[in-house]
Amino acid sequence: MLRKMLVALIAGMALASTAQAANELKIGFLSTLSGPAGAIGIEIRDGFNLALKMAGGKLGGLPTEVVFADDQLNPEVGKQLAERLLKRDRVNLMTGVVFSNVMLAAWPTIEASKTFYIAPNATPTRISGQGCSPYFFSASWPNEGYHEAAGHFAKSKGYRNAYLIAPNYPAGQDATSGFKRGYGGTIVAEVYTKLNQLDYSAELAQIRAAKPEVLYVFLPGGMGINFFKQFVAAGLSKEVQLIVPGFVSDQDILRAVGEPMLGIFDTAHWAYDLDNDANRKFVAAFEKEYNRIPTVFAEQGYTTALVIDAAVRGVKGKIEDEKAFQSALRAAPSRFKSPRGEWKVAHNGTPIQDYYLRVIAKDSQGRLVNKKIGVVVNDHVDFWAKECKMK
Amino acid sequence: MSGILFLEQTLNGLQFGLMLFLLAAGLTLVFGIMDMINLAHGSLYMIGAYLMASFVAATGSFWLALPLALAATAVVGVALEMSVLRRLYERDHLAQVLATFAIILIANEAVRIVWGPQPILLNAPAGLTGPVELPGGVQYASYRLAIIGVGTAVAVLLYVLVTRTRVGMLVRAGASNREMAIAMGVNIRRLFTAVFALGAALCALAGAMLGPILAVQVGMGENILILAFVVIVIGGIGSIRGAFVGALLVGLVDTMGRALLPIGFAQIFPPQVASNLGPSLSSIMIYVLMAAVLVFRPQGLFPARG
Repeated sequence: MLRKMLVALIAGMALASTAQAANELKIGFLSTLSGPAGAIGIEIRDGFNLALKMAGGKLGGLPTEVVFADDQLNPEVGKQLAERLLKRDRVNLMTGVVFSNVMLAAWPTIEASKTFYIAPNATPTRISGQGCSPYFFSASWPNEGYHEAAGHFAKSKGYRNAYLIAPNYPAGQDATSGFKRGYGGTIVAEVYTKLNQLDYSAELAQIRAAKPEVLYVFLPGGMGINFFKQFVAAGLSKEVQLIVPGFVSDQDILRAVGEPMLGIFDTAHWAYDLDNDANRKFVAAFEKEYNRIPTVFAEQGYTTALVIDAAVRGVKGKIEDEKAFQSALRAAPSRFKSPRGEWKVAHNGTPIQDYYLRVIAKDSQGRLVNKKIGVVVNDHVDFWAKECKMK
Repeated sequence: MSGILFLEQTLNGLQFGLMLFLLAAGLTLVFGIMDMINLAHGSLYMIGAYLMASFVAATGSFWLALPLALAATAVVGVALEMSVLRRLYERDHLAQVLATFAIILIANEAVRIVWGPQPILLNAPAGLTGPVELPGGVQYASYRLAIIGVGTAVAVLLYVLVTRTRVGMLVRAGASNREMAIAMGVNIRRLFTAVFALGAALCALAGAMLGPILAVQVGMGENILILAFVVIVIGGIGSIRGAFVGALLVGLVDTMGRALLPIGFAQIFPPQVASNLGPSLSSIMIYVLMAAVLVFRPQGLFPARG
């Protein structure tokens, strides 16, 4: 009796799991949803959910279920959650990771399971370069993208030297190396702070003493909020020129710091006032749904969902056909209109796109926004793509 | 290192040290009088910061919210003491550590349930968001100066309270020799509840003042709690004077370490190594300091018990 029940149970489970692969899409969303940097994960999630909702809950024509997991910016936890999503929840695709250290910790597990990962944010150079893989696709930017563009801008303004600050983790190192490559000038100092450090008094005192011509800061999330508040409180906003990558000056930080940030220049792959229909539709829908202005992260989440939709449609739901799905992913950007405009995919799976110069200003309603001023780099290609041996 | 840089880093160290003192003062009295290791002290610091943020949002004024937050946290502290901690006085230290550690976990979850998993915003009061010009031409954050001011004022007040008032005399008696104080007729239970309430209020003050600089988030108490324990071990358990000196020492060593060590290492190692070693080694410096003090004066610098 017991044996019969057991057999029936196992058969039922087996049927259930095969049924899933055929006519349903299950996506694992591993992200940082709490803590000082949680706002970023929430923005990506909201952008992703908006696209899913606008598509009627289906991506690529398949009813889609998204399983969310919070890595709390902890690589260990991220790795365990990736395993759980892949083995227990049996997801077909993975996405969501915000931070590069979590990405690098979870990636071996994801790659070994032959599951496709579509990055809505972190795209570490270690994965886009020598470690490139057909299972990794980035819908955001190569890690160094924003920083190289910022470096180009600094060079064009003729600053004679630069002071760099970034947190001491893979994306922080990508930030400084990207900026240095774009800038090409003298670097006064490269300071790496502890990840999630909150008090920057010691570092600010050093900056004041060094008197650089320009200061480049990469401190995402809560780190950025604290740094700017302390920067202004210490009177440094009047003494030192500031350039930042778009991650560090978007709505999540603007809301917290406020008017002291007016006039700061930043570089990004998207701006809320980009002049195309897809963007206008995205911004209007986002503001209506969530009552706030979208950030670059929200656009990345939104585009990721649309990429998955186009790719799954391209293989007519058969994502088990890995070669076909990989080609469909590469072809996806040409199959839909993204809010960021036209973009292509390099052979290492990272975007080839324009980077814009933005400035923090007030819009017609008096809200603080990042206004697009011009283009800094056209059709930027990931520097590390040349190290990728894939076709 | 230039004079301006040195002055600025010294002020930073003082600011940090004075806030540590607020936490350490309450902790050392609890440990000194009742011989109880109270890990939940960090949770009171966190609750104080959260309550402050809520009161500021409700009243719209930083200075109005501050006494409210202190009073509310003192109430929470007394409730905690009367319900849970009172039963732990007779137990050994391990039981106290386990129980108060459980309180930390419960407090973290409770805060997450009430206020959500995102850190909440606490801003400095309107007049103190900018810099102030110090003699010598140095611009220093006015809010940090306010912290130094408040910390010093509280230190002076505590000194007056402990050395010049009757209550203070009872506290010193209890810290010095509890059994004798009880034998002399001191109502040690009521005294202790009062001391605990004061300690909770001090924690709340530290949390409220540091909230605008750091972040008001779940788990903010743990890091600073460890530093507070280092301070009271260095300063001597049960001694407020020891807590003061110990806190200033720890604050200055930590800040100077973070400032000087990366510069020193940058001469020898590449920047990524230097910037990683600097903060790590400066946090080790604090424990090296503690070990050195313990070698020469095992009871701490100003032990309360003769």
